[in-house]
Amino acid sequence: MAEQKFSLSVCVCVCVCVCVCMCVCVWAVRAMMCGCGRDDFQEELVIRPLHSGDIYASFQFRTVWETDFMRGNKVSHYRLFPKSLGQVISKFSVRELHISFTQGYWRTMQWGQPFQPSPPGAELWVWFQDSVTDVDGTWKELTNVLSGIFCASLNFIDSTNTVQPSASFKPLGIGNETDHRFLRYATLPREIVCTENLTPWKKLLPCGSKAGLAVLLKSEKLFHSSFHSQAVHIRPVCQDWQCKTTSWELRQTLNVVFDLHNSAQGKREWSLFKMFSRTLTEACPLASSSKIYIDITDNPQGEQFEVSPATPLLSQAVVLGDRRTFSVYDLTQQITFGTVRSLNLLIRWKSSDMLRPLLHAERYVAGYGLQTGEIHTLMYNNHPYRSFPVLLLDSVPWYLRLYIHTLTVTSKGKDNKPSYIHYQPSKDRLRPHLLEMLVQLPPNSVTEVTVQFERALLKWTEYTPDPNHGFYVGSSVISSLVPSIVAMDTNSTRERPLFSSFFPCKEESSYFVRVYTEPLLVNLPTPDFSMPYNVICLTCTVVAVGYGSLYNLLTRSFQIEEPSPGLAKRIANIIRKMRGVPPL
Amino acid sequence: MAAPLTLLVILSVTIRAVLYRSSLAEVISERVEVVSPLTAWKRVVEGLALLDLGVSPYSGDVFHETPLIIYLFHFVVDYAEITFMLADVITAVALYMAVMDYNKQVFRKQKYALEADRYPLDCLELIRSPKEMYYIPLKVAMFYLLNPFTILSCVAKSTCGLNNAVIALFILTTIKGNVLLSAIFLSLATYQSIYPLTLCAPALLYLMQRQFIPVNFRRVSFWWFIAQYAFMYLGSLFVIVGLSFFLLGSWDYVPSVYGFILSVPDLTPNIGLFWYFFAEMFEHFRLFFLCVFQINVFFYTIPLSIKLKEHPVFLIFMQLAVISIFKSYPTVGDIALYMAFLPVWSHLHRFLRNIFLVSCVLLACSALFPVLWHLWIYAGSANSNFYYAITLLFNVAQILLVSDYFYAFLRREHHLSYGLYLKRKDGSEATLVLK
Repeated sequence: MAEQKFSLSVCVCVCVCVCVCMCVCVWAVRAMMCGCGRDDFQEELVIRPLHSGDIYASFQFRTVWETDFMRGNKVSHYRLFPKSLGQVISKFSVRELHISFTQGYWRTMQWGQPFQPSPPGAELWVWFQDSVTDVDGTWKELTNVLSGIFCASLNFIDSTNTVQPSASFKPLGIGNETDHRFLRYATLPREIVCTENLTPWKKLLPCGSKAGLAVLLKSEKLFHSSFHSQAVHIRPVCQDWQCKTTSWELRQTLNVVFDLHNSAQGKREWSLFKMFSRTLTEACPLASSSKIYIDITDNPQGEQFEVSPATPLLSQAVVLGDRRTFSVYDLTQQITFGTVRSLNLLIRWKSSDMLRPLLHAERYVAGYGLQTGEIHTLMYNNHPYRSFPVLLLDSVPWYLRLYIHTLTVTSKGKDNKPSYIHYQPSKDRLRPHLLEMLVQLPPNSVTEVTVQFERALLKWTEYTPDPNHGFYVGSSVISSLVPSIVAMDTNSTRERPLFSSFFPCKEESSYFVRVYTEPLLVNLPTPDFSMPYNVICLTCTVVAVGYGSLYNLLTRSFQIEEPSPGLAKRIANIIRKMRGVPPL
Repeated sequence: MAAPLTLLVILSVTIRAVLYRSSLAEVISERVEVVSPLTAWKRVVEGLALLDLGVSPYSGDVFHETPLIIYLFHFVVDYAEITFMLADVITAVALYMAVMDYNKQVFRKQKYALEADRYPLDCLELIRSPKEMYYIPLKVAMFYLLNPFTILSCVAKSTCGLNNAVIALFILTTIKGNVLLSAIFLSLATYQSIYPLTLCAPALLYLMQRQFIPVNFRRVSFWWFIAQYAFMYLGSLFVIVGLSFFLLGSWDYVPSVYGFILSVPDLTPNIGLFWYFFAEMFEHFRLFFLCVFQINVFFYTIPLSIKLKEHPVFLIFMQLAVISIFKSYPTVGDIALYMAFLPVWSHLHRFLRNIFLVSCVLLACSALFPVLWHLWIYAGSANSNFYYAITLLFNVAQILLVSDYFYAFLRREHHLSYGLYLKRKDGSEATLVLK
């Protein structure tokens, strides 16, 4: 009995000890591991249509981390906060860091105010902790390290472009130290932003560019915009309203304005795919919130534009002194992505169709390389049932040698022979080609006129100072009497406004139209302009080689080569010749 | 020997026909090494199209062929491929027959010289035997028909093939001794492009040799023969020029064809020396250098005729080579014509000094031409200097080839007069130098 009791109590003690040890271990590990505190990641995208037809997209990625970089022992376990920036903060005792890279200039008058303003080029301003003794040295090292992190030439920031503003740049986070000795501000207006800067910026995000809103950040579309700005802002913030604990906040922002004409080909219809050539399939799994806001303040009843897919979520916010309404898409909810499991927001404007012109034309050069090419002229007849003849005049400079036997005129895929062709071929350096044709354009069709040409090599003095710009070919002229819906007034003496009386009107049923196509820019092969002297020398050398070898063979004959006697013998022969004695 | 020749002709026609039907024909007819502004088929078609439109082909600057080409292709434009293949065959057969006749004469002369004991005893190994000379005509035809340059030129339908046919017929009639036909074909060749005019000197020398007229300025017979030949030549030239005038009723073709050849206004790159030189020329010196370069082609006629007056056929070869290298718009078709003669001088191979270097350079340059053209014109990663450099190298190689054969020929003649194994005064083996 006593042994049983003893063994039982031993077991109980061992179990208790093990449990206590485990708890202690777990607590210790937890204490060590989360000596960093909690971290949180949020992402959002705001899309705001601008009055000029352009569209403004603003990304913000915010990581908040409850930790203290300034503590004695280094922080070692990074989760959402990027390690490179954490190490920068701790090594250089940075209190606040704001860096932005911008391409383009923000047009405030056309676009309003941006959410995060930034100057063109690179801008960096940093508040250091008051424990830093040598601020200038630290600033220099910091700029070099940031230059490596962002692949930008921030190493050009030195004392010649750094200032210490006294009042303009107060700390944006918490901090009671406002001695401006610890503030440094520098800009590099000449800095160009490109994919090499975007890639390391994207790497700092927790999900990278693989999930969430960051999949939209593709450089080929982002840099094809009127304005592009990416920034990183690091500051300490309060965790709660009493500010008992501080956390570090990292905000990465990207503002981009897409141009109506460059990105949307003039049609006022924007979608995620059109802007970024991607659609969204999921939120970032590490994000606590992932939202898209579309500014619909100017469209309360949906009369200007419509947003699809429709969303019931609305939110209002006061930003930049204005209360604005936003449609909200929550990417953390699976129903946002619908049945196709991808989200492509579409904003379409309701517009009326412009009256299409009855006759218009385009012209372009086809082919590749600098030897040959083809001129294509397209003439559009948009009348639904009437066909009318047009006179096409082409004046092509002599250095593009047209081959008129390659002239083809096709309408609707079939050959359309012109009823009148007047062709005057060019004479080198005297006159250009002249081609005039009378072509009947069938109704509602496109007529294509193609002709092949060969590019000439000109004398080096005949090139313009910028020869690789190319040579211009003047516009084609298309003259025609277009059938008119309204009866024209043939009486030219009647009182009329000036704008209607320029072209004389001979008949009532048609009016005169002259359409000019685009001019063409054609590259010609160029010789090397630095070489005239060299070329003359080299070519004359080759001719001289020919001349020399033939001259040798023509004027010389074969002789047996006698070895020439040595120097002593030659002198002796000379003396002997003088004496009159036969030589050796 | 007719059977192997027929076989050769059939083979070459097959190769050309196969290439005509393939997609390579389009590519080859655009290549600047094979066609020039003077010989391109595209321009012939353009000229005929202009004629159909009612515009004179010579009013523009695209068409630079003579009116006889218009006459010819007005009727056979649908059979153009057959025409060019036929021209190649005519050239090859003409060269075959000419070389066969020439070899017979060479052998006969050699026999007389041997009987007259004119050769030193130790140069018997330089004497040519019928066995080695038997296959030379076939080799000549083969060198012409199966030469890649000729095949390219034919597939591109370059009118250089027609010019070569006329020159080959001229050579044939000269070697056969027919003075009238020789003059007619020479006038036709000169009419097509001016440069074959230099071939009148070897033709005269050969015909005078054949008719046993001594080549001596003081003899009346010499001048009388020259006058006869000149009369026949000018007469046929007059007829041809008159025919050309009546085609279009104007003299427009003279500046368009001959003015074009002589004044080189079109600087399209080719394998010659003119284009880049005149593209980079200072305007002030343009006329001077134009004259220098054109005189350069005609300049070697008289010195070469004096040196080679006993060997007019070698003189023809030299003249053809000089024309092909130094003319204003050379193409590979011109090169193919003088290269066809190389088997005739195959007995000189032991005296050739640079043949390995020359053949390597020619092969390398032929391969590099399209590469550097592509890099300049299409890839944009090279500039015109690259193509120009290969042009220079190619022409230097050709000059070396021609002068090497000239050296070998002169050396063999020297050995035939003075003996093959020459000794110095002290009895050791001698080296021959040109002094």
